[in-house]
Amino acid sequence: MLSNYAIIAILTIGGLIFAAAAMLISRIFQPRKQYSKKTDTYECGFETKGSSWMSFRSSYFVYALVYLIFEVEVIFLYPWAVEFKMLGLFAIVEMIIFFTLLIAAFLFAWKEGAFKWY
Amino acid sequence: MEFLDNIFLYGTSIIRSIITWIGFDPAITNMIMAAVYTVAILVICTLVALFYVLYERKLAGFIQYRPGPNKLGPFGLFQTVADAVKLLTKEDIVPRNADKALHFLAPLFVFIPPILALGAIPFGNKLVAVDLNIGMLYILAVTSLSTIPFFLAGWSSNNKYTMLGAMRAVSQKISYEIPVIFSVLAITMIAGSLNMSEVVGMQGKLWFVFVQPLSFLIFFIAGIAETNRAPFDLPEGESELTAGYLTEYSGMKWALFFLAEYCSMFVFSAMATTLFLGGWLGPVLPGWMWFVLKVHVLMTVIIWIRWTFPRIRVDKLLEFNWKILIPASILNIFATGIGVYLFNNFF
Repeated sequence: MLSNYAIIAILTIGGLIFAAAAMLISRIFQPRKQYSKKTDTYECGFETKGSSWMSFRSSYFVYALVYLIFEVEVIFLYPWAVEFKMLGLFAIVEMIIFFTLLIAAFLFAWKEGAFKWY
Repeated sequence: MEFLDNIFLYGTSIIRSIITWIGFDPAITNMIMAAVYTVAILVICTLVALFYVLYERKLAGFIQYRPGPNKLGPFGLFQTVADAVKLLTKEDIVPRNADKALHFLAPLFVFIPPILALGAIPFGNKLVAVDLNIGMLYILAVTSLSTIPFFLAGWSSNNKYTMLGAMRAVSQKISYEIPVIFSVLAITMIAGSLNMSEVVGMQGKLWFVFVQPLSFLIFFIAGIAETNRAPFDLPEGESELTAGYLTEYSGMKWALFFLAEYCSMFVFSAMATTLFLGGWLGPVLPGWMWFVLKVHVLMTVIIWIRWTFPRIRVDKLLEFNWKILIPASILNIFATGIGVYLFNNFF
């Protein structure tokens, strides 16, 4: 069981090494002539005004919040789904209660305009 | 036929016996075998990317009534090889204002999620690097990690286009993950297992796509959005954001992002094949060949969709997800739950 996760660790390292090796090999072959115009921020020829690390549209944040609700539910839902056949009627009742709460929250977010693009 | 079916398994068992013959103890042998699997998966990833880049261009040419790449080699077969060589020799430009460390880390990380996901996907009977008992949940978890390199790339470049692209990429990926998760949940309820191989084994009589057509449709649409493919390729919409989060990347770093995109397309098609289309199951041909065939059909459909539909607007994209796909997938879970209960108790 534990060795399964060791394989996953090796896969991760493999992915890192692959990307690093690709960049390293390319580093050998590529020309390196950098000057100030080349390292400018590319904005289609215009002079860049200010940094782009600034306050951003808040609707993205709201999407992330609603996503978080659903994502936490998943942790509860998967064990329930695996045991669904064993639990019988209890699973159905549980499903209705659980999803009623989830849908209520979802509808509330909808009503508050979380999914509207201002 | 038996031999062809297990050809890769024979290969790995030969390698394993060579390693034990040299005289490593079992734990280290397992680690070396894991390294072999990793190399195999990396080779698959690279081949997939090389093949599908060319295939997509050829198919696009066919759809748009033009020849596509046809100069290098027969039918332009060496076009991607030439492209790869060109990308290898391109200068790597890091913008002056960028966060240099993160700008470097993003392409380093971008390859990990698809590789991790491919590790748990059964390419054939027992042909899987890690046969996890929580396979599906694991794949969903690691594929959702793919938002991180994209956001790193977009944020670290310190460019308005990349920032917008990254924001769109993250919002789109996290939003479309919910319908993916819910459609896989419906499959879990029917299968009663999270192990990918077991799920394939259950589809011997009937593929799950016939049991769960709505679920498959939702999974497919959401998967296209998850992999940033047209008509949902807003994060890199070239007519508005030049290249989205990739604007400030060049040379090999850009190529890595490109490779990862094709790999995640492959991962998503492989997932759809395993969960809905019966994985490696099929008559006459060896299992892995069936798997490749089914994946190829799905990839073709994805590419076909890309060259047929125009890009949609970002607010429509998110609205479509939150107001149609998610309610539909929740309803689908209800229907599946009641259906499974009735089927188990009254038939």
